[in-house]
Amino acid sequence: MNKSGLSDWVLFFCFAAAVLTMPLWLAPFGANYPDLMQKFAIFGVFAIGFNILFGLTGYLSFGHAAFLGAGSYAAIWSYKALTMNVLPAIIFAVIVAGIFALLIGFVSLRRSGIYFSILTLAFAQMSYNLAYSVLTPITNGETGLQLTLSDPRVLDAMAGVAVTSSLPNPNIFGIKTSGLPGFYFCAVVLIIGFFIALRITRSPFGMMLKAIKSNQTRMAYTGFNTRPYLLWAFVISGMYAGLAGGLMAVTDPLAGAERMQWTASGEVVLMTILGGAGTLVGPVIGAALIKYFENIFSAFNKFELQQVFSFLPEGIQDVVVSVVSMFVGKGWHLTLGLIFMIVVIFLPGGIMEGVRRIARVFGLGKKKITEPASVANSQQGQVNG
Amino acid sequence: MDAILLQILNGLDKGAAYALIALGLTLVFGTLGVVNFAHGAIFMLGAFCAVTFNRVLSMSTKVRDESITAFEAYKEVPILAAKFPVAGPVILDYSVPLALIVAIPIMLLLGLAMERGLVRHFYKRPHADQILVTFGLAIILQEIIKHYFGANPIPQSAPSTFAGSANIGAMFGLGDNLVYPWWRLIYLAFSVTIIGAVFAFLQFTTFGMVVRAGMQDREMVGMLGINIQRRFSIVFGLAAVVAGMAGVMYTPILPPDYHMGMDFLVLSFVVVVVGGMGSLGGAVLAGFLLGILQSFASMNEVKSIIPGIDQIIIYLVAVVVLLVLPRGLLGRKGVMEE
Repeated sequence: MNKSGLSDWVLFFCFAAAVLTMPLWLAPFGANYPDLMQKFAIFGVFAIGFNILFGLTGYLSFGHAAFLGAGSYAAIWSYKALTMNVLPAIIFAVIVAGIFALLIGFVSLRRSGIYFSILTLAFAQMSYNLAYSVLTPITNGETGLQLTLSDPRVLDAMAGVAVTSSLPNPNIFGIKTSGLPGFYFCAVVLIIGFFIALRITRSPFGMMLKAIKSNQTRMAYTGFNTRPYLLWAFVISGMYAGLAGGLMAVTDPLAGAERMQWTASGEVVLMTILGGAGTLVGPVIGAALIKYFENIFSAFNKFELQQVFSFLPEGIQDVVVSVVSMFVGKGWHLTLGLIFMIVVIFLPGGIMEGVRRIARVFGLGKKKITEPASVANSQQGQVNG
Repeated sequence: MDAILLQILNGLDKGAAYALIALGLTLVFGTLGVVNFAHGAIFMLGAFCAVTFNRVLSMSTKVRDESITAFEAYKEVPILAAKFPVAGPVILDYSVPLALIVAIPIMLLLGLAMERGLVRHFYKRPHADQILVTFGLAIILQEIIKHYFGANPIPQSAPSTFAGSANIGAMFGLGDNLVYPWWRLIYLAFSVTIIGAVFAFLQFTTFGMVVRAGMQDREMVGMLGINIQRRFSIVFGLAAVVAGMAGVMYTPILPPDYHMGMDFLVLSFVVVVVGGMGSLGGAVLAGFLLGILQSFASMNEVKSIIPGIDQIIIYLVAVVVLLVLPRGLLGRKGVMEE
């Protein structure tokens, strides 16, 4: 027990260090600018939360974007009504998303399997359609919810923050949360979110969720009511999504209904699967990779490609460029689809499984063989003790 | 009264599209047990078969313009009209229905290739994996189409004979207000025919009987010495053909673009689930039902009572049905209970 606790702390500190030093080690990849790193952190939070539901319990939700959108709207409303400080905004976002998830989860979790997926999808699409049409007073419809000069901002007014002629920026006690400070804020939130997810996974509650995934019927036979556990997992993962939505509003105070669309829900599924569902670090890696490739691949255009392949002979160069250009720029989704299919077909456990396989090849997998022995020992110890 | 009839017609029309896609989804699910998220993409590919066919027909060539003698002038002449002065324009006019002839073999081959190449390997994998891999395939197909045809919708015209509207009201003595586009009526008739044909095929042919038996108890049919797998593969191809034909015929109603498949797929999935996973009748019934409900919900009278209902009605019905009737309208026991 102590040993696994120790390795968890090692994992946590490695993760925290890796996240905080991102601006340094991402430089060679050309990905160390704040906008992109913010996305890494935000979608990392989103994917970690999604993984708590999908990775642990196996319930595939196709409607998580609804919570992301709800979180964004809540955060912007906190800016508009209370203060430009981001802390109340993200707390508000998490609470709103949590309540929203509680309502949807309560109904959706009455069914499992594909029915659950369709129910969550239905709820998310309903929220999206309503946000576009009837809820315009709250969501500002197609234009998206934005800050205006006439917003009351009660707390800011009380604190005596001067009203400027330009739109105020979101801040944390005076520090603007755009650019690099914004990234560090998101990174800290990501690390906290990771820590909580780690504790949840290792807790008896997390164990219960994994048991639901492996055999729900048996859980029911042993006398556990699985519904409350599932509902909690759903709400927690909805809160993570709301947190991610809130963070989006932190870095850019704007919220639109398209964040709720089912394609956004599909994206987080892709991230989690790509990284490795059920693993702790996997979803974050998946999120970062997808966002990175989206950025890199979609930035290429034909001219740049011609430069890249300029070492080839004339005729071949044209052919290569025309083929490759299908996969970059606007066509980067094609690459995404391909990567995704390859991962699902050959590496169902995602990148983390790939890492594990490679580690085994290089003889680092010895741990696997000794593990049963140590488990047996500890069991014996328990019996003896 | 006229308004209600019109809404029912509108609904039947939309419902027909849902029903055709949902029918294919259910066929594949009922036989192979695979949740195919690429089915919408097949519908979209069918629509683009019509677009390509039209483009091929309207290809033109440069010929010497004899009327200008002062210098060498060339003019563009559609090849088809040049070769067949009488039949050419007619064929071009009927390009959408004629595209069916091209689309059927293409879709059949595509369906078989998909089943043999990809889906076959996913029979034993969890449904989540099936959903994900076919979802990935749908993205790829969609992006390829986007690459070659662009992101904008490409309008297709119905044959000029059916361009106008039918005055249904006058036909049945209900007043002149009830007019409805001819092509939509034809689409409706076409869909009903296809649905009827699929059911008749399953009901009255030996092949259909074997397939139905296989849906009931696959192992038993296999033990009787029948290669059920091959028949199921053909069913997959058949489902692709149905979706493809639906796509071809839908082009004059909705200009096809690369993401139309996904838009329809999400709704069709809801339709399948409402009808009951694995129930063919349920899929068709739910398709028409949801189509009609949707068109009623978009009436101004209804919208003024419950604002926004037109946006959510399908999902709302799905939620209610799933909570009240866990297996959907006509779902059988034991299908997708896990």
